[in-house]
Amino acid sequence: MAELHKLTIAELSELMAAGKCTSVDIVTDVLASIDATEGKVGAYLTIDREGALAQAKASDEARAAGSTLPMLGVPIAIKDLLNVKGQPCTCSSKILEGYIAPYDATVISKLREAGAVLLGRVNMDEFAMGSSTENAALGQTSNPWNLEHVPGGSSGGSAACVAADEAIASLGSDTGGSIRQPAAFCGCVGVKPTYGRVSRYGLTAFASSLDQIGPITKTVKDSAILLEAICGLDKNDSSSIDAEVPAFGKNLSDDTSLAGMKLGLPKEYFVDGMDPDVEKAVRDAVEHCKSLGAEIVDVTLPNAKYAIAVYYIIATAEASANLARFDGIRYGMRLDGRDPAELYGKTRAAGFGPEVKRRIILGTYVLSSGYYDAYYKKAQKVRTLIRNDFTEAFKQCDAILAPVTPTPAYKRGEKADDPLKMYLDDILTTPVNLAGNCALSVPCGFSATGMPIGLQIIGDDFQEETILKVGHAYEQTTEWHTRKPEIV
Amino acid sequence: MSEVNQGMDVGYVAKLACIDLTDKEKELFQGQLDQVLHYVEQLNELDVADVEPTAHAIPVYNILRKDEVGMSLDHAAVMNNAPSSIDGQIRVPKIIDQ
Amino acid sequence: MKYEATIGLETHIMQKTNSKMFCSCKYEYGAAPNTHVCPTCLGYPGALPVMNEKAIELICKAGLLLGCEINPNSKWDRKNYFYPDMAKNYQITQADQPICLGGEVTVEVEGEVKTFTLERIHQEENAAKNTHAAGASLVDYNRAGTALMEIVSNPCMHSAADALAYMTAVKQIMRYGGISDCDQEKGQMRSDVNVSVRPVGQKELGSKVEIKNMNSFAFIQDAIEYEINRQISVLESGGTVDQETRGYNPDRGETFIQRTKEDAHDYRYFPEPDLMPVKVSAEQVEQWRSELPELPSQRRARYISDLELPEYDAGILTADKDVSDWFDEAMKYTKNAKAVSNFIMGEMMRLISEQDIEISESKVTPEKLAEIIALIDSKTISTSAGKQIFEMIFIDGGEPKKIIEEKGMAQVSDDSALEGWADEAIANNPKSVDEYKSGKLGAINFLMGQVMKASKGKANPGAVMQMLKSKLDG
Ligand SMILES: [Mg+2]
Ligand SMILES: [Zn+2]
Repeated sequence: MAELHKLTIAELSELMAAGKCTSVDIVTDVLASIDATEGKVGAYLTIDREGALAQAKASDEARAAGSTLPMLGVPIAIKDLLNVKGQPCTCSSKILEGYIAPYDATVISKLREAGAVLLGRVNMDEFAMGSSTENAALGQTSNPWNLEHVPGGSSGGSAACVAADEAIASLGSDTGGSIRQPAAFCGCVGVKPTYGRVSRYGLTAFASSLDQIGPITKTVKDSAILLEAICGLDKNDSSSIDAEVPAFGKNLSDDTSLAGMKLGLPKEYFVDGMDPDVEKAVRDAVEHCKSLGAEIVDVTLPNAKYAIAVYYIIATAEASANLARFDGIRYGMRLDGRDPAELYGKTRAAGFGPEVKRRIILGTYVLSSGYYDAYYKKAQKVRTLIRNDFTEAFKQCDAILAPVTPTPAYKRGEKADDPLKMYLDDILTTPVNLAGNCALSVPCGFSATGMPIGLQIIGDDFQEETILKVGHAYEQTTEWHTRKPEIV
Repeated sequence: MSEVNQGMDVGYVAKLACIDLTDKEKELFQGQLDQVLHYVEQLNELDVADVEPTAHAIPVYNILRKDEVGMSLDHAAVMNNAPSSIDGQIRVPKIIDQ
Repeated sequence: MKYEATIGLETHIMQKTNSKMFCSCKYEYGAAPNTHVCPTCLGYPGALPVMNEKAIELICKAGLLLGCEINPNSKWDRKNYFYPDMAKNYQITQADQPICLGGEVTVEVEGEVKTFTLERIHQEENAAKNTHAAGASLVDYNRAGTALMEIVSNPCMHSAADALAYMTAVKQIMRYGGISDCDQEKGQMRSDVNVSVRPVGQKELGSKVEIKNMNSFAFIQDAIEYEINRQISVLESGGTVDQETRGYNPDRGETFIQRTKEDAHDYRYFPEPDLMPVKVSAEQVEQWRSELPELPSQRRARYISDLELPEYDAGILTADKDVSDWFDEAMKYTKNAKAVSNFIMGEMMRLISEQDIEISESKVTPEKLAEIIALIDSKTISTSAGKQIFEMIFIDGGEPKKIIEEKGMAQVSDDSALEGWADEAIANNPKSVDEYKSGKLGAINFLMGQVMKASKGKANPGAVMQMLKSKLDG
């Protein structure tokens, strides 16, 4: 039988439905694959072997009893910032040492309802602050395509485990590109849903007005299936939006024609300093979509170039408040002091890594008295301009095609001590978080050095169906997504 | 943003954020964050005097819940998470009323 | 030089909701520590706030009762500061767009009618409770995140008496409106007081001193008086008053410095991204307005005009909502408002304070009092007998009619019985009789007393008086 761990949600669901394999077979196979490659990849922080096998057994019994849940028996890896009742939730930070989550995040409840098997918790940049998963206090994750290279971030573990066939699919979170960028770096598909589509309840907040949870998978179809399972209004999240959830999975047809579709190409997204391999791969992908019948139109997003400045003001400001709760009082690490102030100062100094400290300090500064209007208020206004750009652009096209990153995955340590340089790499992903609309990343080629390259397909608010259709058509008529890294 | 050009005092801001920094960290962050602040000054190119600020990308209103009592957490779970506790209360160093 | 003080209050009031402001945990005073807590009110990772509909209704009704304008668009902000009673180390509050704007409270201070204006009322969440043990402090998060509204007055008061009248009126209105019980012992009403002093005639206000977090009205008065005198003496000794935050030590009767202007907090307010703005429609406001209860001032007016009670009675009856409600209930069973008022202000007030119980717990129900009054008015019993019966029922319960029968308290009016007692009194007291006849008409009261005594209080006083007069004058 085919090695189950290499298959997709869609394929495995068919096999299980046809009685050709069980969830226990799949989980056993995936665990074996973890044993084989995890030593090199280092995607996981905790693997719940017994729990996963027990859930697999239960889902096989449910299927025997007639259950046809959409994710029944499919093993999923979880980014370590999602609360799962009874499990640690470290966010790859020392400061949450000893914390046991007393509740399930809404997406976790939804995965359970959909019958999925929770496999384990995967690595990330501390509190999702980073683009390489190098800011991780509890372990190092490598890019399965080249172990010297970073997997991207902050959802580096989520992308690496899927690329290495150590999970069938995973959940990540995207605040400024943290799903799309690692998906591109590792040759996976990743979706950043429209803000409010997926409940943030139980997602440890980095920047509340930007964070969204989304899938990282081997195919667009799988992303559609997983997205469908986690979407929907949640009364526990005031920013959750009451929009009907289409049957993303079923609605993806095998018809790969893009006839009648207008796809926008923003000149601003081909920034100087962009890796030529990336630019070529993306331009080829645009031509390919044209060959599938799409009409390519030029669009302009003139304010996108301000996205980094706006993003690093708004995200760090929100983070400075969101991370204030990590104070050593109610849970997590505590270094005692003579008074609370001393306890806070020592605990937070020892518990946070350098990038988290940097961002908290930046965010604290831009909110501090005398600077609020100059930084935060101004950033919020430019955020409006960035959103308006997209509103205008989508009057001329159904979706926008763009690169995900200026370069493919780079060597570990290459940018580690130059924060600004690292921040600038988010230039192509942050505009969507600021505007709130949706986007996905799908493999569209490889660099000369053999690293994957991603195509970003950007949609208007709640137009996930459109970008999934385009992504699916592109993917089904190309072979990039079928390639596997040597280590598997 | 004229006053901004004076740059930030990392030591002071770290105090506000309740993070004790070593002198090495202060020096390192000072340089790195001055760079970032210099970079974000490009926003001054834009005249946004009459642009509405965006707090929520996709705003909705009046998201309310009924005034009904729901489940609270198991007390033991709460205490087990606390680094230090006495008689069901969370223990902290003596608060000198500031 | 003469000085004048300027005083403004920030009064925090806990609203009467079942669940907390942003989570569904119960608020229950005195519950075992940390038993009404959840990820949201503990500031756990990933937890999110959702607004309590009832709290929004209550703060808007409070605003309407205080003549505020309801803001059609209000929003939420984070107020950042580290403190062990603040689970998230920021408080969700309303900075630049509060839900209630303006408003005023009209009161009588030492006979003078004054109107104190409000700046705003905003909604926020309560802090946890710290208690201080040896060498450590303890935190109980049961109170953390409960609905707390802050009524901010303008700096428009000038004396401790002003402040007391203002707080008393606000408390009374909040209780009448069912917004809050304002139980100060339970910390349901606490105030920060801003006091400044300036030479009379000076335009700009003196520098402001804030005295934080007091619940007892008496302490607040003392603190204000102390602070006014302190600031005046500083100025008179040629010094300057520093803008600072002070606390009040009731044992010493002094305020003490807590925080100077230099180390004042930098709260770094910014819009709360986890909560959406609140829009209140004009229709909604009218709906709420139509549901508002009658206020003490309105009741007082009604008692005076409709029920023809003296202002004095009306004032006392409406001072406490429970008493006033009890009075209104009794008026459903009788027309004799003055009699009900007399019984409440007399027997009822005395007995409930002796027994230290609430009027609502009295065994004398409004219906039974009405029955007692009916029996007096029908001359079945004397007023004094009525009072005795009231007290008996208050202590042991029972039915007025039964008690009258059992204790034989019915009045006697038939002449034969009265005649006997009257003749006896006249025969035994010739001195009084002579005095009466010689013009000292008052002497008849002594004879009257003798008759009442002989009848053990059952004789109908009116009838006795007539009988004595006819016998002596005749
Ligand atoms: Mg306040
Ligand atoms: Zn709670």
